[in-house]
Amino acid sequence: MQQDFTYAVARIRYRENKLLNDADLNALLSAKDADAVIRLLRDKGWGDNAGGSDPDELLRLEREKLWQFIGEIVPDKSNFYFLLVPNDFHNLKVAIKSITRDIKPDDMLIHDAVTDPYAIYEAVLKREYENLPEFLVEPAKEAMSVLLQTSDGQLCDIIIDRACMEYVGKLGKASDEEIIRLYCELFVASADIKIAVRSAHTKKRLDFITRAMAPCETLDVERLAVAASLSYEDVLKYLENTRYSAAIPQIRSSMSAFEKWCDDCITEAMKPQKWEPFSIGPVVAYLLARENEIKAVRMILSAKVNGLSDDVIKERLRMMYV
Amino acid sequence: MSEFFSNSGLFFALLGAAIATLMAGIGSAIGVGKAGVAAAGVLAEEPSLFGKVLIFQLLPATQGIYGLLVGFLILSNVGLIGEPKDISVLQGMLYFAASLPIAFAGLFSAVHQSKCAVAGIGTISKKPDQFGKAIILPAMVETYAILALLISILAIFGIAGMQ
Repeated sequence: MQQDFTYAVARIRYRENKLLNDADLNALLSAKDADAVIRLLRDKGWGDNAGGSDPDELLRLEREKLWQFIGEIVPDKSNFYFLLVPNDFHNLKVAIKSITRDIKPDDMLIHDAVTDPYAIYEAVLKREYENLPEFLVEPAKEAMSVLLQTSDGQLCDIIIDRACMEYVGKLGKASDEEIIRLYCELFVASADIKIAVRSAHTKKRLDFITRAMAPCETLDVERLAVAASLSYEDVLKYLENTRYSAAIPQIRSSMSAFEKWCDDCITEAMKPQKWEPFSIGPVVAYLLARENEIKAVRMILSAKVNGLSDDVIKERLRMMYV
Repeated sequence: MSEFFSNSGLFFALLGAAIATLMAGIGSAIGVGKAGVAAAGVLAEEPSLFGKVLIFQLLPATQGIYGLLVGFLILSNVGLIGEPKDISVLQGMLYFAASLPIAFAGLFSAVHQSKCAVAGIGTISKKPDQFGKAIILPAMVETYAILALLISILAIFGIAGMQ
């Protein structure tokens, strides 16, 4: 049966008013220091009543509040698996590496995930892979065996990352919602482009690059892998004939500029969701907008803490949804 | 058998009254329910908007009232309420036909008006000062329910005049 998101969207509509806009970000940037930024954010309802001044705690609280709110309006978490599963794959990576190195994984685990991170850790520790969700079973077995046989952490990472990209791509294809399909496609394509650029810089072999990349609809990954095995300029030459040609100046500039371009693409694509009253699109758009907002605040706070100039941060700040 | 046919005029008239009330009522129930869900969402965030969202929720309720009115007029004209009357098969079928405009236009206009009302509720939750403009849009859908009501009422009075 098709889900009804009328209630959720009505609540989102009200909350959209409280999202930070460009003027708010400029006000945060103009603040004297991190404490002043936190004060401004508290005036806008960020954090809790305890009034602590730890930036990390403030951001953690905001993410927790966000997911609590989303869980309240859309109880079926599976609608957001495409956003959460990368955290499961991250937790799998942490579990495998901490087990093989005999260290505690606590600080590195991400709790906003589909599966309890400690359940993943326990399953991998006891080699009870059948206790893992289906999408983690094969990557867990393969990555663990590769790490134990070769001690190659990078190979272990690319096995898990590729499985993650493939699964997110699969979730995107299975979705009826345009914004989710676009997000998942861009997630995989941008990861492939980043792999290609980094592999070209570090002169990786074709078989390694092919193993790392996941197929997607908007890129011919075989051609991209071949280009990456040749040179950085060949990667850009290939991208000239794809829909990512507009991102070439950003790729030339830096990977963070390219990541900003990808985030801005999603923000631009989700703007029509502001007028959609019934589908899950506005909920997804709000969720991504809030994540984007938290990311922007994190950048501003770390810039204030580390004394970076406002211009450096402005270059990295993403386009806002409102 | 012939007695059955001679009395079936009343049956068709009653069927008309039932279908007008039933279909327009179903449309309104769906519409008010849908708009109510959106209204509850806004109230969870901002209870002070109750008065405004309630008006949006009630907009699709009118079709059910129009259906009731048409049903009542038919029952009254054929003597099921008040003085009993002899209704021919043709008259009964004409009453049935007269009920169809409000039955169908009531059902569809209420459902579509509710979609418009939900969007309007979204608008005023973001911009409460735009209430006046936001209410006009779903109210436009009402036009077609009123036109159908008009034709149903004119037809009922026309058939009554034939007696």
